Amino acid sequence: MSEKMLVNGNEAVALAAMDCHVDLGCGYPGTPSSEILDEFARLGGSAEWAPNEKCALEVGIGTALANGRSLVTMKHVGLNVAADPFFTIAYSGTPGGVVVISADDPGMASSQNEQDNRRYAVSAGVPMFEPADSQECYDFLIEAFRLADEFRSPVLFRMTTRVCHSKCVLNRHGRGLAPRKAEFVKDSRANVMVPAFAKLAHRRLRKDLHTMADLNEKGSWNKVIKGSSDLGIITSGISYQHVREAAPEVSVLKLGFTYPLPRNLISDFVSSVKRCIVIDEGDNFLADNINAMGIKVEGKDEEFRFGELNVTRVRKLLAGDNTPEPPAAPGKPPQLCVGCPHRKTFEALRDLDCIVSGDIGCYTLGVMPPFNAIHSCVCMGASVTVGLGMRKMLPEQEARKVVSVIGDSTFLHTGINGIVEMVYNRPATGHVVVILDNSITAMTGLQENPATGRKLDHTPAPAVSLEKIVEGIGVDNVDIIDTTAENEKFKELLQERLSSNDTSVIIARRPCILGAVKAKSYEVKK
Amino acid sequence: MSKIHNVVVAGLGGQGVLKVTDILSEAVFRCGYDVKKSEVHGMSQRGGSVSSEVRYGECVASPMVPAGEADVLAVLDITQVEVAKGVLKADGVLITPEDLPLDKLQNPKALNTMMLGAISKYVEIPVETLLEALKANLPEKLHEMNLEMFELGRNSR
Repeated sequence: MSEKMLVNGNEAVALAAMDCHVDLGCGYPGTPSSEILDEFARLGGSAEWAPNEKCALEVGIGTALANGRSLVTMKHVGLNVAADPFFTIAYSGTPGGVVVISADDPGMASSQNEQDNRRYAVSAGVPMFEPADSQECYDFLIEAFRLADEFRSPVLFRMTTRVCHSKCVLNRHGRGLAPRKAEFVKDSRANVMVPAFAKLAHRRLRKDLHTMADLNEKGSWNKVIKGSSDLGIITSGISYQHVREAAPEVSVLKLGFTYPLPRNLISDFVSSVKRCIVIDEGDNFLADNINAMGIKVEGKDEEFRFGELNVTRVRKLLAGDNTPEPPAAPGKPPQLCVGCPHRKTFEALRDLDCIVSGDIGCYTLGVMPPFNAIHSCVCMGASVTVGLGMRKMLPEQEARKVVSVIGDSTFLHTGINGIVEMVYNRPATGHVVVILDNSITAMTGLQENPATGRKLDHTPAPAVSLEKIVEGIGVDNVDIIDTTAENEKFKELLQERLSSNDTSVIIARRPCILGAVKAKSYEVKK
Repeated sequence: MSKIHNVVVAGLGGQGVLKVTDILSEAVFRCGYDVKKSEVHGMSQRGGSVSSEVRYGECVASPMVPAGEADVLAVLDITQVEVAKGVLKADGVLITPEDLPLDKLQNPKALNTMMLGAISKYVEIPVETLLEALKANLPEKLHEMNLEMFELGRNSR
């Protein structure tokens, strides 16, 4: 029973997950990956938001140790958070399948860096698929779970913004996988990674990767398009689409399973053409790895390492034109919404001349005029700890100006550890953390989080209390205030806390204006 | 390679840019074309520049319209013409709100469907199919008003 539909890559992944009988979808929201789990839940799948990517992957691993299938979704930087379990589960593997979606963001449409997570596949020894459109998102996800079943291995499924968010025609053929049966077999040698067992597991992993490379030689996921023998292009993912349009006459080796690489397939292709160029978006991942095998190919110039590729840039690349691109016309930057509760908080921080250690979320837009009130931003949860480091280094007068700001979802993601650090290794001047609690994960599209009182599908859930967490850790002062309704009082409170040597958390609580409308609609639904 | 039709819609977050390309891409899909629709999510709800692209034909490869190759560029906010115009062909069609009967716009939120009406004159898609796709993408209570706005856009210029 096949069905033709127009869907984006994220929707195609969710459809494939349904057709593979995935038992649990878990992840943390992050553009461009966020819609996968929402869609999986809408289709009837079991899906949940974890507090962070490490938790999500570990829950997914547990599901697969109990012989189930799990789909774990995150944006590229999320895999940094989940890297710890990712590297070790590569050794032990799981009887059920874990597929980890890494949604990379070349060009940084909505991210703090453009890291190329294909490097993680090599570094951890985890096989990797790279789909180029919605059809491949669907087909390759099924192949990924099939491979996981065969090798007990986790699989990295590397998507990019344009694959996630471009709609294309999908033939949902429905040839998926049979459901798996829940069971746990006690096998400590396989599943307990103490050194004695891990040494064996590492040898098994390297052996399996060789077997997978052999399997990859004949896989339907790679294809050769015969064209001119003067020029051949090796490519993967979205770059393939740009290549086909920019140079329809050349020969192309399009790789879908990009780690471990099929050596003979590549070598035969390279020998079949006079000149071979590798077109990678992001890092020279394929070019470096192919050259390292001793097969000579040309990579791209450094100029093309920045940002997304497109048809125009591929044409330039092929013409050997490495001149910098003219800057794109500056568009209107996004800004904090009119009526956003963060506005009044940032006005106060600006007026009090604070040094603000910021974090990841809508509120990073506090960096923009007229606020100019974010002075550092590194990664999820870093606001608290980076602020503590500043307090420790700066002379007292300056140290007293340092404030950390962090959103409710980000606080639950990786901010809690920072509060523990603050209480344990308190700076001489104490510290002040403002939790910008707008009661939703707003930046990524208004997802629920453990403090909203609703599950991923917006049905009721126990609400984690931010104030109880910080009180429990042992912070000296905990205050809750609506900085919009009581702006003067907030300023006074903030000044008082900054002038003391206490550790203080101020929870600035007022719902997101967009989130509040959504929250109402969920109540009506009940 | 056969001709690929390229339509780009630009505007500001909250103007319904993506709704226009959702409807248009669904209509061309219903006509049996190969189609790709591209956009960048993330910041769009916060008033920043937004643009979305629909490409259709016998076989479409890249989801992104190359610079200087758009047949139609429809811009919902006049300030965004400068930002988006690089995508338009030398002889391409530019449609801005100034080309629309704005005095008859009942609700600023329906500017996007009025624009879709204007776009409909330049795409080789039966108007009935566009209207079916429009209805499929909007709640029923909004159909009457939006169909009216579509007609006004279609009859403009």
